[in-house]
Amino acid sequence: MSELITKSASELAQLIESKEISSVEATEAFFDRSESLNHLTLSYLHLNRETALASAKAADSDLTAGKRHSALHGVPIAVKDNLTTTDAPTTAGSKILEGWVPQYDSTVVKRIRAAGLPILGKTNMDEFAMGSSTEYSAYGPSRNPWDLDRIPGGSGGGSSSAVSGHLAPLAVGSDTGGSIRFPAAVTGSVGAKPTYGTVSRYGLIALASSLDQVGPVTNTVLDAALLQDVIAGYDPHDSTSLTESLGSMADAVKTADFKGLKVGVVKQLSSDGFQAGVKKCFDDTIAKLTAEGVEVVEVDCPSFEYSVAAYYLILPAEASSNLARFDSVRFGLRVAPEGNPTIERVMAATREAGFGPEVKRRIILGTYALSSGYYDAYYGSAQKVRTLIQQDLEKAFSQVDVLLTPTAPTTAFKIGEKVNDPLAMYLNDIATIPANLAGIPGMSVPNGLAEEDGLPSGVQILAPAREDARMYQVASLIEALYVAQWGAPLIAQAPGLEANRG
Amino acid sequence: MAKEPLMDFDEAIERFEVVIGLEVHVELNTKSKMFCGCANVFGNEPNTNVCPICLGLPGALPAVNKKAVESSIAIGLALGCEIAPNGRFARKNYFYPDLAKNFQTSQYDEPIAFEGKLDVEISDGQVFEVLIERAHMEEDAGKLTHVGGATGRIQGAEYSLVDFNRAGVPLVEIVTKPVFGAGANAPELAAAYVRNIRDIVKAMDVSDAKMERGNVRCDANVSLRPKGQEKLGTRTETKNVNSIRSVENAVRYEIQRQAHILAGGGSITQETRHWHEDRGYTSAGRPKSDADDYRYFPEPDLVPVQPANIWIEEIRESLPENPQQRRKRLANDWGFSELEFRDVVNGDLLDLVEATVAAGTSPQAARKWWTGELSRQANAMELSTSELAITPDQVATIQKLIDAGDLTDRMAREVVAGVIAGEGTPEQVIEKRGLKVVTDEGALIAAIDEALKQQPDVLEKIREGKVQAAGAVIGAVMKAMGGQVDAARVRELILERAGS
Amino acid sequence: MSEITPDLVRHLASLSRILVTEDEVEKLAGELGVIVDSVATVNKAVSGDVVPTSHPIPMSNVFREDEVAPSLTQEQALSGAADSAEGRFKVAAILDED
Repeated sequence: MSELITKSASELAQLIESKEISSVEATEAFFDRSESLNHLTLSYLHLNRETALASAKAADSDLTAGKRHSALHGVPIAVKDNLTTTDAPTTAGSKILEGWVPQYDSTVVKRIRAAGLPILGKTNMDEFAMGSSTEYSAYGPSRNPWDLDRIPGGSGGGSSSAVSGHLAPLAVGSDTGGSIRFPAAVTGSVGAKPTYGTVSRYGLIALASSLDQVGPVTNTVLDAALLQDVIAGYDPHDSTSLTESLGSMADAVKTADFKGLKVGVVKQLSSDGFQAGVKKCFDDTIAKLTAEGVEVVEVDCPSFEYSVAAYYLILPAEASSNLARFDSVRFGLRVAPEGNPTIERVMAATREAGFGPEVKRRIILGTYALSSGYYDAYYGSAQKVRTLIQQDLEKAFSQVDVLLTPTAPTTAFKIGEKVNDPLAMYLNDIATIPANLAGIPGMSVPNGLAEEDGLPSGVQILAPAREDARMYQVASLIEALYVAQWGAPLIAQAPGLEANRG
Repeated sequence: MAKEPLMDFDEAIERFEVVIGLEVHVELNTKSKMFCGCANVFGNEPNTNVCPICLGLPGALPAVNKKAVESSIAIGLALGCEIAPNGRFARKNYFYPDLAKNFQTSQYDEPIAFEGKLDVEISDGQVFEVLIERAHMEEDAGKLTHVGGATGRIQGAEYSLVDFNRAGVPLVEIVTKPVFGAGANAPELAAAYVRNIRDIVKAMDVSDAKMERGNVRCDANVSLRPKGQEKLGTRTETKNVNSIRSVENAVRYEIQRQAHILAGGGSITQETRHWHEDRGYTSAGRPKSDADDYRYFPEPDLVPVQPANIWIEEIRESLPENPQQRRKRLANDWGFSELEFRDVVNGDLLDLVEATVAAGTSPQAARKWWTGELSRQANAMELSTSELAITPDQVATIQKLIDAGDLTDRMAREVVAGVIAGEGTPEQVIEKRGLKVVTDEGALIAAIDEALKQQPDVLEKIREGKVQAAGAVIGAVMKAMGGQVDAARVRELILERAGS
Repeated sequence: MSEITPDLVRHLASLSRILVTEDEVEKLAGELGVIVDSVATVNKAVSGDVVPTSHPIPMSNVFREDEVAPSLTQEQALSGAADSAEGRFKVAAILDED
């Protein structure tokens, strides 16, 4: 296998800029690897060599003509299959959209193309991003490169397994309750959810409109920063898009400094009740920071106790409405029962066949939460919990600069272990959900391997809304501490896909 | 589906108290749609004014049309409403093939305008204060055509076709509070109210305001309660009311239908009904249950609308004269009697008369044309006067010719008929039909001579004082001249001859 | 103990246009019952005077100028349709009038 495949995106970008390698070489290296190993991880749902290489060629000729479109110009990238692309199907991991080729590119994909990054392919995901293990994909589960019998996290397990398995140097994903961050933690990679509104949602197949955000999936903090710089920015097509720029994350990372940093640990996510090895990794992170002179205090966020409950009311409610458009009329699957069915029956049969069990569960739950007589008790109350969470966070951030939590309560569990227990599955997101409810940015960086199983663990950094730069800075500082300890990013310790069966 | 048994209207009013409520949808005439940049135009090829947003494609997001908000505020102000300092959009969730997202982006408990009123005058001069509950912004659905059934209606159709060109067009829905105490005037009041709304939005140029085009749509709610009862009766909502006339007829019908049922000890089903103008009755549609659970919640893809006071005041300043003020001004300028003016208003002829006066006709002449001959023509053709194929300019042209003596009244009526029949402009019709007052009196005198020769005793009778005798000769002369002379002139000449 | 009865599940499935078999109805009633019981705690969390949050990052007055932008062609619009005729999306007969 090419030596290019373990390089970070920023390294590849520099090699391409200095013309030591071409974008075509880099793209071919990752494409070949993806093609030959995808059967192990099922990271990708769609791979198209022609389009990927055509973009790479164009990136190369632009560079020759003196046009470098971004700091990641020429670096190939994978895109989660819920972002629309006009040159590849966009299924959102569902049968109801099997083979659907959109008539428009999402704004994020437009920006990626304009920045000169060739798209390798579309990655696997839990159906409509509902899930935390990618086991709810209608096309089969993705697998963790660290152990192919285990989940790579979800809903963005395709992206996380691609990046941690070096099938792509970086990827773009979406995060509604932890779909970027949880997979990052369990695959030993980096994942960030920007402040709500930072990255356009136009062309992102909506799950929960007030919670969804697009973000980077990478192996290093710098790569994530560089990618966020490419995809972020005001979009008039998205009415919730932030009008002000948050500045360059990559620039911020360069000036990161521990001096004066004050960090909070959330009492309600203190990691008691988390897997022992995960807790130990987290304690180790805190110890390292303390050793650097960082002040660490405990903060109290009592409303966090209700965050999972609120989330599992708000998300299904919004999703039940967002997914109503899948009705067989204008696009997607159509199933016509026998006889002379009415359109109502065609819609019902289509949705029955096209949606998986988790999606159906959440749609029905969401319909209930919004229904007359129940709105106040359920959806209405959940939206009030959001206010309380924001208030708790505001109070916390008045005392500290960032908050730290373990990203996930456990390491990667086995495929099939939780798939029949929705409630157990929902608890994977206990630490990541508050950021989506409040709209604040959060990211996960690796902080070691859990003792008991040798599997990756991650630490989550939360910052106030619009303080993404601060979050990236603290993340890069923590990453540096660990890289100093290990001599390389954690991903270097992964067993490697070639070593696995297949 | 047949007409149901009806109680006599007067008896119904005698026994029951009528409560009406009107929901009027106004289609705005913005250039682009409510939430996307597709053109807001009528009549294009199907599905050519659509985009990912109004087609409800996965991933698409709405963006609010500022002009639509401005027009909505204008409508609210014109109706004396308060403008909400903090309004939000909401999703109204239901499944229907013409609803691209299977929810309508509308407004629920935070409409842009609320608590207004409108004074509505009816034909006998009474003025009713109709209270406006709210006016809110929403988007229109696509258009369905049903294929394969007998009537082109849903029942019995084999399949349906959907065109989304209209989906996403901005609408303002105006909802009245229940209107009490209209009694026998309820049908007329309902119609007058809708006419007023139409006039207002037309005057403000926020809508093309053509009911026949669906720019203004009315749903009429009617309920009855026994006299003296406080509790409101069960109401029905009647849709497909496509003209001012239909509003009046539908309300009247529902009063009579419901009265018959209630008097017989039955109860009214709360339902949506469909008005059939051709047959003059309402038919039952879906039962309107409050289990029509729309599951409203604030639209998460759009942010609140908080119009600045400065903006609201700018809009208020720019409002044109409101129709009631305009009516007062015109009544004053034209000097009609109260009855004459009311005739014009009730016949929906104000704009037409005004335009004809602007083209140079005297107000009385304009009035006579539109309330007289032209209304007659319209009724005969079962059209509204505004649908007649003749313009105020053309009417003014014809009147000018009459004033100049180039046309007789009778000829003028022929010209009008010709124009309406599509034979061309007044000038063309005159040319084609050879309608010209003959000014060469030589031929006329010859014709008179001939006629007198045929009836020799006429002159004698006239000299004796029996002036009416001239009539027989006039008739003969008119016939001989093909009607192309002014009968008055013929009479004049005959009398002259008698005198000579 | 939960208020999610099989009848309610059937009603909700109908409202959301998802065909469910009787087996599924039973299963869903059970699963949803458990979930609803656990999320119902949100009720306890809040008192009357907390304002609900529907937009995490407060913003207002985001508008678009009233300008026409290019539309899709008819072909593009119909490209995803399972069935079309005469330039329109074709669907089975509709049950309800409205």
